[in-house]
Amino acid sequence: MLGPNGAGKTSFIRIMNQITAPDEGEVWFGDRKLQPSDIARIGYLPEERGLYKKMKVGEQVLYLARLKGLTTAEAKSRAKLWFERLEMNDFWDKKVEDLSKGMAQKVQFVTTVLHQPELLIFDEPFTGFDPINTNLIKKEIKRLSAEGATVIFSTHRMESVEEICDHIGLINDGQVMVEGPLLDIRKEYQNGTYAITTKNEVAQWGDAEIISKNSHHMGIAYMVKSESYPGTTVSALAQSGNLVSFEEVLPSVQDIFIEIVEHGPKTNRHA
Amino acid sequence: MCKIFSSKSLNTDLKLTAMRNPILLIIQREFLSRVRKKTFLVVTVLGPLIFAAMMIVPAILASLPEDEKRIIVLDEAALIVPNEGRDEYPLEYLDPRENDLESAKAFFTTSEYDAFLYIPTGESWDPDFIKNNILLFGKDDPSINMVQYLDGLLETKLNEEKLLRNGVDPEVVAQSVTQVNIKSYTMGDAEEEAVQSATPIKMALGYIAGMMIYFFIFFYAVQVMRGVIEEKTSRIVEVIISSVRPYQLMMGKILGIGSVGVVQFLIWVILSGGIYLIASTFFLPELLANQADMGAAGTPNVQDVEGLAIFDIMRSINFPLILGGFLFYFFGGYFLFSAMFAALGSAIDQEADSQQFMLPVTLPMILALITATNVIQEPNGPLAFWMSMIPFTSPITMMIRLPFGIPIWQVFLSGAILVGTFFAMVGLAGKIYRVGILMYGKKVTWKELYKWLRY
Repeated sequence: MLGPNGAGKTSFIRIMNQITAPDEGEVWFGDRKLQPSDIARIGYLPEERGLYKKMKVGEQVLYLARLKGLTTAEAKSRAKLWFERLEMNDFWDKKVEDLSKGMAQKVQFVTTVLHQPELLIFDEPFTGFDPINTNLIKKEIKRLSAEGATVIFSTHRMESVEEICDHIGLINDGQVMVEGPLLDIRKEYQNGTYAITTKNEVAQWGDAEIISKNSHHMGIAYMVKSESYPGTTVSALAQSGNLVSFEEVLPSVQDIFIEIVEHGPKTNRHA
Repeated sequence: MCKIFSSKSLNTDLKLTAMRNPILLIIQREFLSRVRKKTFLVVTVLGPLIFAAMMIVPAILASLPEDEKRIIVLDEAALIVPNEGRDEYPLEYLDPRENDLESAKAFFTTSEYDAFLYIPTGESWDPDFIKNNILLFGKDDPSINMVQYLDGLLETKLNEEKLLRNGVDPEVVAQSVTQVNIKSYTMGDAEEEAVQSATPIKMALGYIAGMMIYFFIFFYAVQVMRGVIEEKTSRIVEVIISSVRPYQLMMGKILGIGSVGVVQFLIWVILSGGIYLIASTFFLPELLANQADMGAAGTPNVQDVEGLAIFDIMRSINFPLILGGFLFYFFGGYFLFSAMFAALGSAIDQEADSQQFMLPVTLPMILALITATNVIQEPNGPLAFWMSMIPFTSPITMMIRLPFGIPIWQVFLSGAILVGTFFAMVGLAGKIYRVGILMYGKKVTWKELYKWLRY
């Protein structure tokens, strides 16, 4: 879930978590309306997250898991597994105030996933993590997704969106601007940019406009923009043996984000 | 957008039905996290001792004899000479024939005396002139005790002189002064009737109970506010309220901290009861024996008889009612105020910002304390009645009144109003709370709080 500051991402997440009620509309969870009891099926890691500083890590993890409906024994055995997996075995008896920020975030991550929720909502999950822990958590999120959990990300970090998400939704001013499979949206926002590498310099590009031109060990890399598909030009290059590579350049999520926020969506809604 | 759908089996549904009441979990955490602290143990065990020490130590210190302060007197009027003063204030005299005020002051400055008292005689020996012209000089500021002692001494002497001048024998006046000692009784059941009225004890008990309930309510209600602020500033609140409703979190916190208060109070009651039991088991028979001895010897010791009377009076006071009342009014008052404090805590980001809201909220309690003296003087008067009906003052005022014995319907009415108000207050506070805990970095005003009530 993407959107500029103040777009309504956190408000929407809070509605999904039943922290606040929507002004209008309904939230459906699977094939039925969201119920108060569904909180145990959702794991939520808010952007503004914290822990009880004076409480021991182990007690805190058990407390939060029990609030989600686990029994103490269940919570304990699952926590042990997660603590091992995330290399935090020695955390259990420490007080939260004695942990580093990264360590505390690992604890927060565990409390979010411990009750095996079907829906996981992460609001800027990687803030404050070093690259090693970011990768560790990314790996765990992918694993949870592969195991069947639905994961909703709310983030500004576009590179992690492209890496992790299958679907994206972009909201602005409380409205969904665009929503759908990531690849489809990138294709939709394709703006006729192509990367073409040739052995030798090309003099004629027809109606295509050269955006950039760089020489490298494979030849000359052109970035061209064309309103129509430059099939004829590319075929000619291929036939003459001058073509090294040809690729359609899809816009990055960041480009799409900026374009939509500044100019609005191409269509009101993507299928 | 990702679909909110999962192919995973809904095995958690079964657990949901068995999910325990989260309020109980919250109560448990709030209770245990406080009771396990060392400070709780120290305050609970040492609290009564510290409290007793706070009452006793100043009294002991005040009763300690002061250091000796030697006073040199130039008594031109021959008013008090040759009175030698008392232990702390020995008086010595300069000869008025050889000294005047200036030379005496010069002598005093270089001497080792602590104070110099000058009693002039004037043109003719006139008591009214003398009383207005007595001077006292000190190396330091003369203490109030010293001034009071000298005032008393000089006043007695001047009064006697005035009486003599008017032809009245001071002895006759001294014999005519009468002090009345009314023995008051409370009409009630047979046992109570026999016991001398315990008004002074009840007054003390009323004061102590009123003060204690104020401290208890305030202390624990502020803890609720701190807890709310802690959850808000540590940003854990959003995680918690994604699992429980804000109202449940608030109620769990209020009930958890309240139970710490009750446990602490009960421990204190047991400790005090133990001390009382020990005192009455070991000292009462001794007192009775002493009294018997004295009776035989014909020399009753006033102090010991008073001690015995206190035990009698203590027995005449309805302690179960007072203890029950304390627990009820503590819970009632605590609920009311802690709900308000929880709402306040949710609206602010740090404790320092709480000041502007605290005063209006605590003002009624302070008012109840200020009027305590009036209530004690007339425990069944209109002020006492209305203050014990208004729920914001009733916990304190009622506790002050309870030892005096009040109509039971008033206790029930006041209790019902208190309970009704706290339910209403918890509802209102809950509305502010659920908005407030998610608001960061916003300077909140009363107007804003009112707006939140309507969300």
